Amino acid sequence: MKYVNQPVRKKDAMALVTGKPVYTDDIAPKDCLVVKVLRSPYAHAEILEIQKETAEKMPGIVCVLTYADVPQRRFTMAGQTYPEPSPYDRLILDKRVRFVGDAVAIVAGEDEKTVDRAMKTIQVKYQVLEPLLDFRQAKDHPILVHPEADWKALCPVGADNKRNLCASGLEEYGDVDQVLAECDVVVENTYHTKAVQQTMMETFRTYTQMDTYGRLNVISSTQVPFHVRRILAHALDIPKSSIRVIKPRIGGGFGAKQTVVAEVYPAIVTWKTGRPAKIVYTREESLIASSPRHEMEVKVRIGATRDGRIRGIAVNTLSNTGAFGEHGPTTVGLSGHKSIPLYSKAEAFRFQYDVVYTNKMSAGAYRGYGATQGIFAVESAVNELADKLGMDPVVLREKNLTREGDVMHGYYGETANSCTLDRCLERAAQQIGWKEKYPRRIMPDGKIRGVGIAMAMQGSGISGVDTGAVSVKINDDGFYSLSIGAADMGTGCDTILAQMAADCLDCSVDEIVVYGVDTDISPYDSGSYASSTTYVTGMATVKACEALVEKMKAYGAKKLGCGVEEVDFDGECVYNLNSGRSISRRDMANEAMCAAEEALFATEAHSSPISPPPFMAGAVEVEIDPETGSIQLIDYVAVVDCGTVINPNLARVQVEGGLVQGIGMTLHENITYDEKGRLAENSLMQYKIPTRLDIGKLRVEFDSSYEQTGPFGAKSIGEIVINTPAPAIAQAIYHATGLRFTELPITPEKIVMGLQKHAD
Amino acid sequence: MRIRLHLNGKEITAEVPADMMLLDFVRAQGCYSVKRGCETSNCGLCTVWMDEKPVLSCSVLAARADGHRVVTLEGCQKEAEAFGAYLADQGAEQCGYCSPGFIMNVLAMEKELENPTDEEIREYLAGNLCRCSGYEGQLRAIRAYLDARKREA
Repeated sequence: MKYVNQPVRKKDAMALVTGKPVYTDDIAPKDCLVVKVLRSPYAHAEILEIQKETAEKMPGIVCVLTYADVPQRRFTMAGQTYPEPSPYDRLILDKRVRFVGDAVAIVAGEDEKTVDRAMKTIQVKYQVLEPLLDFRQAKDHPILVHPEADWKALCPVGADNKRNLCASGLEEYGDVDQVLAECDVVVENTYHTKAVQQTMMETFRTYTQMDTYGRLNVISSTQVPFHVRRILAHALDIPKSSIRVIKPRIGGGFGAKQTVVAEVYPAIVTWKTGRPAKIVYTREESLIASSPRHEMEVKVRIGATRDGRIRGIAVNTLSNTGAFGEHGPTTVGLSGHKSIPLYSKAEAFRFQYDVVYTNKMSAGAYRGYGATQGIFAVESAVNELADKLGMDPVVLREKNLTREGDVMHGYYGETANSCTLDRCLERAAQQIGWKEKYPRRIMPDGKIRGVGIAMAMQGSGISGVDTGAVSVKINDDGFYSLSIGAADMGTGCDTILAQMAADCLDCSVDEIVVYGVDTDISPYDSGSYASSTTYVTGMATVKACEALVEKMKAYGAKKLGCGVEEVDFDGECVYNLNSGRSISRRDMANEAMCAAEEALFATEAHSSPISPPPFMAGAVEVEIDPETGSIQLIDYVAVVDCGTVINPNLARVQVEGGLVQGIGMTLHENITYDEKGRLAENSLMQYKIPTRLDIGKLRVEFDSSYEQTGPFGAKSIGEIVINTPAPAIAQAIYHATGLRFTELPITPEKIVMGLQKHAD
Repeated sequence: MRIRLHLNGKEITAEVPADMMLLDFVRAQGCYSVKRGCETSNCGLCTVWMDEKPVLSCSVLAARADGHRVVTLEGCQKEAEAFGAYLADQGAEQCGYCSPGFIMNVLAMEKELENPTDEEIREYLAGNLCRCSGYEGQLRAIRAYLDARKREA
């Protein structure tokens, strides 16, 4: 392998670091109408009347749309494979508004100032309704978030709008109640995580225009171009063939752009007016009306024998999907499926869940996708169990963790065919200096240092669903083009797929140009989410390259006047194994462009019946100032098994970036609503993501297994990395202070107040 | 109102609304490297130089640039490439959206601080948010770049 496992520079890197205009708003036509959304000030209300005539008459205003102007066919904005598990509960604009920030009207005009002025003139008469804000009360509450008759769930996910249920379910293996009753020690606790935000630096944005053929072109910062096409067709009630979606460079996604948050607004304006239109979300809109993580309350019961054999795990998750159900039925699954199987030796488990509607901002997909919440709960409970057993939490894990070859009953019965979790744990503990530092050290200045540890897993694509297709062709002089439908959002998939192709085709990575994504041109891909691109689209790349090599061999053999079984391809030439006669790739490519009847072009698709989990361990040392409660991260060690590392640089940065997002969620990023349902953290002034001063030292290592079903032995890396900070840091803080936190974020105030209470 | 300034070495005169921010002005002049990540001067993405000092162009009125020299990443492409290559060699540019503002500030830091420690680097750049990289790769790039520059000198 010349390129796989090498730190190849990202193909778009130099354009990005020199500030080239490659993002949506940079390339939008200058005469685009500016589109803005008038938003509800109420968490729950019925619109009685909208006076929009003044706005419509203003010079420079092109259209003002209300619920009366949009198709009345419900859809979901969730970027998922059809039929989507997320219920069809949305209209572009609805007569009922369901959270503060919900869309009331769409205004389009020649420039921003005019649109802003017009928005102020729109008079909306609301019948304000009592909002349902407490997700713990939501199920079977008399206030219904979606009372409408045309609400529907396409998949059997246990949804019932008359009970405020977006999904519900139960999975069991063995008799967990019986097993827990027999356990010597049982820990039971409830863990609460909030609707934290992806906070990608480029907010949601899209521009739209009509093309020569009367089709709606949508240029959008999205992770899911093909889903955008289908969802817009549903939303606008127009044929899918009328829509073309193009993804330029994206300024980050982290799952936020797996939901079609903003696309519908300029799309309907362009479709109705024929004019190019664009929407650029403000940071405030991105924070109050987008697609954050699902708030979850996860109850865990976990039991073990006195000598530390974990026998049973029960997880009960209550998930708050907010006003709409995007990704509600699926995120909740991961809270159990990616936490319980870390301990696959347990004899029994139960995983029960409800996903409820409330009058808060709807949730969506955020890196980790439910696993983050579930792993915080289960790993925190395991840490508590270790304390109750009087056992070192590393030792307890060593006794119980999933090892290569184990069947994971909590993970669809899949076998851990590639797993170095045991080594990741051992190495993380060793690197953090666990033996010397566990559980705490009091420093000479009175500050206290504690250590904590946690494990995590994720998946590699959605088994039996995710599909990636890749096309590869040879061009003049023999350079290749690789066409992908997966969406590089800065992660570098354009590059790592080219690295794989270069090794398959035995050529330089510079001889491969990559293009993605244009739904008219690119082969189908479900999109870049669910940690699928490396594993699923990567395998499609391998298959497509193999198919092209076969075609080149057949073509070369014909040119050499021999049978295909007599030739081989070495990257440069197809040559006859017996005679040594050869034809170069360059000549073949050029000849295939003159009087040719064969296309040197191959397309292959891939999907996997399994989703091999990457595994990791994270260990942290924190320093607490008992006087002020301040929390300093000293050192974070992450050891990851993502299978073969395709690009060590990009994989490392994925880990570091994910850790810091996890740190943010654990220590800084808060979500607080007032009694009227208004979100306090609506700017980066209040919603504090970590700066470079907040993270301490991060150390990343890989301990790779080899996944037989993955390209070059690879699994996934993108999501797993966000899962360990919350439980590891919470435990380190417990070790330092004796305070056990089950709700995030853990702030200095909470520590000081906790310590005071402790002292009283 | 009418303003006259040097933008990336060229003198320009323009008619601007009194409430126009420098960020919107330079983008309107084709300097698309300058990005907006928030509306509250918290993210650092819009960093440009005014008279060689880094400023947040989202929080400076275009009118304030009257008579001054403004430089965006378009105006220091050679330097951007030189440091950017180190960032790229760490894979730390990731989505790249914060890169222009970050690089403007790194280049300003290079002029301002002599042999900075890691801690001084972190402090100087604390106002430049990045959600992709986790910052460590950026620090590795800066270290490698500064070390190489030192060797060259």
